[in-house]
Amino acid sequence: MENMANNRSVEPKVPVTIIQPKKGWQLFDLKKLIQYRDLFYFLVVRSIKVRYKQTVLGGLWAIIQPFAAMVIFTIFFGRLAKIPSDNVPYPIFSYSAMIAWTYFSTAIRNSGFSLVGSQSLITKVYFPRIIIPIAPVIAGLLDFSIAFVVLIGMMLFYHIHPTALTAVLPLLIIVMVLTASGVGSFLAALNAKYRDIGYTIPFIIQFWLFASPVVYPASMVPERFRMIYALNPMVGVIEGFRSALLGTTAFPFKLILISAVISVFLFLLGAFYFKQMERYFADII
Amino acid sequence: MNKPVITVENLSKRYRIGLREKKYRTFREVLKDGITAPLRNLARLRRLTRFDDENAKEEDVIWALRDISFEVPQGQVLGIIGRNGAGKTTLLKILSNITEPTRGCAFIQGRVGSLLEVGTGFHPELTGRENVFLNGAILGMKKAEIGRKLDEIVAFAEIEKFIDTPVKRYSSGMFVRLAFAVAAHLEPEILLVDEVLAVGDIAFQKKCLGKMGHVAAEGRTVLFVSHNMLAIRALCNRAILLDEGKLVMDDEPEKVIQEYVSYENMNEAEVVWDDRSSQPGNELIKLVSMRTRDSSGNLTSIFQRDQSIIVEFEFDLARLEENLHIGLDLKTGDGIVLFRSHHTDGAEKDWATLTVGRNILQCVVPANFLKLGRYLISPVIGLHYGQLIVGPDPLLSFTVIEGKPISRFWIIQQGKRGVTAPILHWKHINVKSP
Repeated sequence: MENMANNRSVEPKVPVTIIQPKKGWQLFDLKKLIQYRDLFYFLVVRSIKVRYKQTVLGGLWAIIQPFAAMVIFTIFFGRLAKIPSDNVPYPIFSYSAMIAWTYFSTAIRNSGFSLVGSQSLITKVYFPRIIIPIAPVIAGLLDFSIAFVVLIGMMLFYHIHPTALTAVLPLLIIVMVLTASGVGSFLAALNAKYRDIGYTIPFIIQFWLFASPVVYPASMVPERFRMIYALNPMVGVIEGFRSALLGTTAFPFKLILISAVISVFLFLLGAFYFKQMERYFADII
Repeated sequence: MNKPVITVENLSKRYRIGLREKKYRTFREVLKDGITAPLRNLARLRRLTRFDDENAKEEDVIWALRDISFEVPQGQVLGIIGRNGAGKTTLLKILSNITEPTRGCAFIQGRVGSLLEVGTGFHPELTGRENVFLNGAILGMKKAEIGRKLDEIVAFAEIEKFIDTPVKRYSSGMFVRLAFAVAAHLEPEILLVDEVLAVGDIAFQKKCLGKMGHVAAEGRTVLFVSHNMLAIRALCNRAILLDEGKLVMDDEPEKVIQEYVSYENMNEAEVVWDDRSSQPGNELIKLVSMRTRDSSGNLTSIFQRDQSIIVEFEFDLARLEENLHIGLDLKTGDGIVLFRSHHTDGAEKDWATLTVGRNILQCVVPANFLKLGRYLISPVIGLHYGQLIVGPDPLLSFTVIEGKPISRFWIIQQGKRGVTAPILHWKHINVKSP
């Protein structure tokens, strides 16, 4: 759909919609996205409000999930396997990674299943479809913030002072959100056509967990593989978090730069593939 | 004549439907197929979004729409009618931008609101208020606009007390009323409406019809799909008829409805038991078929209010039995028995004479008698003071639709009191004034 300079109507303000088979491509229809920003807002609010409805613990789950993982990791990887933790106590070492990881894995899971779960919306109403996989990615930031507060509590408990580089955190969060958006919308579009993706997502997440420095430090990866390792954007994000907040290592500028570039690439790739597939969603979902 | 606000040119849409699954005969085939299945599945799924040359004959491709062209001037309410699968919804989906056409194009001037379903996006866990905002936004309303109309919407739905209750606790009636109330407050210049009036109770349907009429009176353009001919007649000033994706008629609603009714599903009008063992009955009488005809003898299951309905029984009789009666129950769609009639109800000299062998009996339900709606016919065949041989489960159904009103004061039937709506004769008796 294009909004075109109006040459067919008397009233210059009346929008004209031209419906025809689409040719060529554009990444985003910004005008449409702006027009539907309220819908985006309500979908984000919906997924936040609905998430912990009819639970006893409610928002506490945002803390319990990374916290429980931290306890398990501390026992098995910290105590038993004695994996080094860059000179900070293992619990806070793994928790600082878990909050980012929990956000990321939840975001790509919810995003990847979002289209398939919104059949009735897609087949009954028009709006820019990209809103659907992006909404859960944004909604997840609330849980992330709640879990982050606990991290601050743990830092106080362990008497760890954040470094001045904490100021870079927003940038790392953007890298994380961009990656989740790109991967999420790519998987969502693919899942709309091939439901195999739904079964693959848990594997992808599991594999990705071990490809990221969550239970072990990036310093364990041999120096010569470090740059390839950084192609996983979560490497830069998690190492950046630890370095800025816990002062574990010197700030890994190089890793973060690579991660940032890759995250932008993944975001564009996801958006592009989504756009290509968008026109078929109503017919094939 | 107003300028067209919707121009549709040669709109076509094809879908790929899945081919029927093969049947396996041997274990080897099953095994072989199981192993190669992923490859075939991949090919099949890839083909979902790929089509060969337009003219190539592919057996799993259907054209949901074929070269549809029409124009709609501003302020017109256009009814779209046709059987299930005729392409009505596909047409609305294309015009709403939900799916794109395969060929052809459409130009639409003005803000489009489409209503293909009520309650899209409603979440059971959210409250009525939250759902109003969400659903409003889904239908394309702005947050501020919804906020302004909230009170009006809640009042329209008659759920003031429950607005802060999660909708999963609503009765289905409340749910539908709220969903429709949101939709009814959309104010686009062009409104596309699919069969959404089919929900809710009759009182609420009337309210919705009123609201729709109001929309039309405000000069907004409406495209309206419905199976409810009364609604089409009441609201539309033009109608198009679709059949198998083609536009077959474009005229005044009255004429198009006539055309539609005349070829509408004949099969429902008849049940035939070919196989002797399946025929209802016993050694005395076997029912062979039942059907409904109009007064000219055509098979049909749709009758205008001013047409009489002929119910026909065809049966085989083994011997003459004095106590035997052939009869029927006429029930409304809600299951209320309107009456039971036997062929032996009248004076004995007027009884139809039965013969041994094949018989056909007709019963005439008079014109101008039933209210609009769906009715069920159950055969009731039995012996007086004795057993019931066939019945009383309904086997046929028919629908009464609005005919041409004879009186200009004939009001919409659903609003009339009573179970039936007979037109009776009223006579004036002269008396001397005192």
